[in-house]
Amino acid sequence: MNWVEMLYLPAIFSGMIITIRHLFKKPATVRYPEEKRYIAPVYRGLHVLKRNDKGQENCTACGLCAVSCPAEAITIEAAERQKGEEHLYKKEKYASLYEINMLRCIFCGICEEACPEDAIYLTDRILPSNYNRNNFIYGKDLLVEGIKPEERIDIGMRKKHYEMDEKQGV
Amino acid sequence: MDWTLILDKTILIVIIFVISLAIAAYSTYGERKIAAFLQDRIGPDRAGPFGLLQPLADGVKFFLKEEIIPSASDKFLFIIGPCIFMMTALMTSAIIPWGKPFHFGDHEFTLQVADLNVGILYLLAVVSIGGYGIMIGGWASNNKFALLGALRASSQMISYELSMGMAIIALLLVSQSLSIREIVEMQQGFHWNVFYQPVGFLIFLICAFAECNRAPFDLPESESELVGGYHTEYSSMKLGLFLFAEYINMFISSAIISCLFFGGYHFPGLDSLHMSPNIAATVSVLVLFAKIFFFIFFFMWVRWTLPRFRYDQLMRLGWKILIPLSIINVLATGAWLTFFK
Repeated sequence: MNWVEMLYLPAIFSGMIITIRHLFKKPATVRYPEEKRYIAPVYRGLHVLKRNDKGQENCTACGLCAVSCPAEAITIEAAERQKGEEHLYKKEKYASLYEINMLRCIFCGICEEACPEDAIYLTDRILPSNYNRNNFIYGKDLLVEGIKPEERIDIGMRKKHYEMDEKQGV
Repeated sequence: MDWTLILDKTILIVIIFVISLAIAAYSTYGERKIAAFLQDRIGPDRAGPFGLLQPLADGVKFFLKEEIIPSASDKFLFIIGPCIFMMTALMTSAIIPWGKPFHFGDHEFTLQVADLNVGILYLLAVVSIGGYGIMIGGWASNNKFALLGALRASSQMISYELSMGMAIIALLLVSQSLSIREIVEMQQGFHWNVFYQPVGFLIFLICAFAECNRAPFDLPESESELVGGYHTEYSSMKLGLFLFAEYINMFISSAIISCLFFGGYHFPGLDSLHMSPNIAATVSVLVLFAKIFFFIFFFMWVRWTLPRFRYDQLMRLGWKILIPLSIINVLATGAWLTFFK
């Protein structure tokens, strides 16, 4: 070091210039509850169990999602559809229990890919925090979307075009 | 004793007291905001518009917190520590000339609580006592981190007081007076001491940072090593007093730097404007406060730029660099005054 560097003052001065420049920069903050960050179409957030247009649950409890799940987060129990429940379930078999342990889930989206019935999708919603581990086991009450049109959860962003074409039989 | 004098001084003391506390409170807000802006963040903006009520919320929180006095501590000293620190912080404001005198008819209202002819000595004395507040607080806590913080604080204050005193001696050689009002009056126009004593100013500034325990000299409370330093065991308003007193210290030292080196309430061309005395007095107060706010900002700016010194670096800077430099500065000033004036 020469004697100018030994003084440290030029270095301190240039450091001060750097920090003062940041005073005039735009803050990087996103004020979360009011402002929301842009979420990409491929974002994999909280799951939803879809219903079809008639309001019937798409899930037939085939168990492919549970088998494909690398984190083994999904538990399914199947049951037979009784008479008078036709408006609730699409086929004769349905999931009487469908649980996802959100602490195990790695949000990889393989369940979504495995599903042949268009039933499970990952959405752009963010998993909320909780005080209790038990509350992270999401049952059907939290996963299945509502019947009313305004309670439906839009997954249009996640559906790929070929997928939609395929499933509509084009 | 003249009753008007007592009344004058009481009013002035109350005003300065309130202003010191208000500025200390809003320095915490300013500190957080400036820190945020320098780091590309927003800072507190939830309490009130732009977060302006944040200091109020913090104050209420301090009062409502549980008061914990460690059972192993020396209770009397534990309580007296922050009191001394706060008291000395407020005491130093007595000798600062806040502006030109106001005139109400024949009555002259001077904006200085006490124009001591040994003002600077008083300042150094009171600042030294302030160190006791930290020492006693840290000692009485009976906690190793608090004790370490207190040790660091006391050794740092002693080390840097020396070179601070030396820097002031060089200044006194130039100004030939110990009264702060006279020093300010001498800097009328643009004869600011910083142009006559640049090295002295630099030393004084560095020492002021060290005396205020501000970054890069915040070793007494270095969070990453000592938990909270000397106030580790403190809670509630006693902690609040420590933190507040620190900001008051910062405010007062900004005021003293402005008075000693930057012409106090003078600015170039103040006298050529031919304003009526009261308006001139108001303007002078505003000018002083502008300078003070600049230095408070400077304190914060430095805090968010420079990393903390290591302890041995701190001691090396104090004893091996600043003290020799300040002695050379005194000698050079003396030589200059003897041979070239």
